[in-house]
Amino acid sequence: MLERVVRLNADYARAIDDDRLEDWPGFFTEKCLYKITSADNHRRGLEAGVIYADTNGMLRDRVAALREANVYERQTYRHLVGLPALVGTQGEVTRAETPFLVVRIMRDGSMDIFATGRYLDALVDDGGALRLRERVVVCDSGRFDTLLAIPL
Amino acid sequence: MGEMTRAWPVDTLARVPFWVYQDEANYRAELRRIFEGPTWSYVCLESDVAKPGEFRTTFVGEMPVIVVRGQDGDVHAFENRCGHRGALIALDDAGSVKNAFQCVYHAWSYDLRGNLIGIAFEKGSNGRGGMPSDFCKADHGPRKLRTTTLCGLVFATLSPETPPIEDYLGAEILGRVRRVMDKPVQVLGRFTQGLPNNWKLYFENVKDTYHASLLHAFFGTFRITRLTQGGGVLVSPDGAHHASYTIGVPEDAKSAAYREQGIRSELDGFRLADARLLDSVDEFNDRIQLQILTVFPNLVIQQVQNSLAVRQILPKGVEAMELHWTYIGFAGDDAEMRQRRLRQANLVGPAGYVSMEDGCVGGFVQRGAAAASDELSVVNMGGEGTESMDTRATEASVRGFWKAYRRYMGY
Ligand code: FES
Ligand SMILES: [Fe+2]
Repeated sequence: MLERVVRLNADYARAIDDDRLEDWPGFFTEKCLYKITSADNHRRGLEAGVIYADTNGMLRDRVAALREANVYERQTYRHLVGLPALVGTQGEVTRAETPFLVVRIMRDGSMDIFATGRYLDALVDDGGALRLRERVVVCDSGRFDTLLAIPL
Repeated sequence: MGEMTRAWPVDTLARVPFWVYQDEANYRAELRRIFEGPTWSYVCLESDVAKPGEFRTTFVGEMPVIVVRGQDGDVHAFENRCGHRGALIALDDAGSVKNAFQCVYHAWSYDLRGNLIGIAFEKGSNGRGGMPSDFCKADHGPRKLRTTTLCGLVFATLSPETPPIEDYLGAEILGRVRRVMDKPVQVLGRFTQGLPNNWKLYFENVKDTYHASLLHAFFGTFRITRLTQGGGVLVSPDGAHHASYTIGVPEDAKSAAYREQGIRSELDGFRLADARLLDSVDEFNDRIQLQILTVFPNLVIQQVQNSLAVRQILPKGVEAMELHWTYIGFAGDDAEMRQRRLRQANLVGPAGYVSMEDGCVGGFVQRGAAAASDELSVVNMGGEGTESMDTRATEASVRGFWKAYRRYMGY
């Protein structure tokens, strides 16, 4: 299982960093939860996210909006995803916690650590493929520079 | 006046010199004359300091402040600066103390009103050292601010001259605050957004009703704005505060329009895969889908459909600021409403479908005008006045900002 989670994370990070955002919803099950929040909100049980999607359709809408509607300066991410810790199983669901670091590269060449944190995942086997039923992105900091366009 | 080196170059409110976003001396003057002057700065929610001893730390301009509920039930605010050597008194964003704050540096202590009440080794040790016997503790506390509360919002001011909040806002804007903040709030989350621009560029952006459908293409791309049948902008008589609003079409017309829209958008190829994002409830019973309100100099109250938030603007130097988002709902919300607010929070915030652009556009101005300090920005849509208008194709509320700004600054 560990190897499957590692492979999923590697593919997930490459899809985002290679600007294949259209592939990103495919890492999630149809009914899912994807949320970006901060460690502080998470600890206090405050539920809101800067991105909050509870269906795969909402993830696809996010990508469509980034492609067609939203305006932001050209930028890319480099994800460094750490090793997952498998923290439990409940029936068919595997729970994993994985640290990440994302460097944002702007069009003028400036590079900054944009976010660090951990993925709190609930993973299921979805017809032979391991998919995310839940990925709560808990950023260590609740401060985001300028804007958050591309998903973490 | 000595601190400022420039004179305002034009009389009309329809022109603004770019140096106003760049000049260090001007920025210092703003902190004194506006943020520490006779204005009400939003500091926190009343519910953040619900019980005696509960506090939050924040800023008024660049001045760090502690806001705390006293034993008397009142909300007090004072500078978060020790009267001894000036260290921060409270180090956490929020917390709770019993009766006093204690500075970590040399353990001077303060009551919940900010009075200096204790000095470690005040009498020295073994008869040596200690403070002079004529040292007066009452003269050496941090500066105190007056506070006021309105609809669960806490404001603070350093000036004895700031008028009561109701007069400060004016009846019209006051009514618009009450419209949204009409019940006990519940915090859903907090985020900070660091913006690479002068604080005024963001405050103007929020007041700028002209840009909304032009910069934020989300509603247009997904064919959502055309469902509105009107709107306008209210500007307080002094120009300082504003509320802009969009009125939705009545419910049955709306569902028909949505259906039509679905067909049209399908043809265009852009259609939300999950339209629940827009599933809204007319919770204030007035068909206003969107209301954006500013309170000079640092507060935005936002209702975008059922997504509610208060945003606090904090200046962080000439070319930087922070936006503190507090997403809220009401304590009485049912599970469905809470879920709706969480989904619709996608519209706003640092990653908001109709707000992420506001995070970068101020930086575009800051960078675009980098060499243009003596050139003038044009704020002419809808003329030169600052009166309320029943259209959003106007920059009246931006001019209102400059009217108030110039008055406070003495330009
Ligand atoms: S600086 Fe606070 S006690 Fe010395
Ligand atoms: Fe905007």
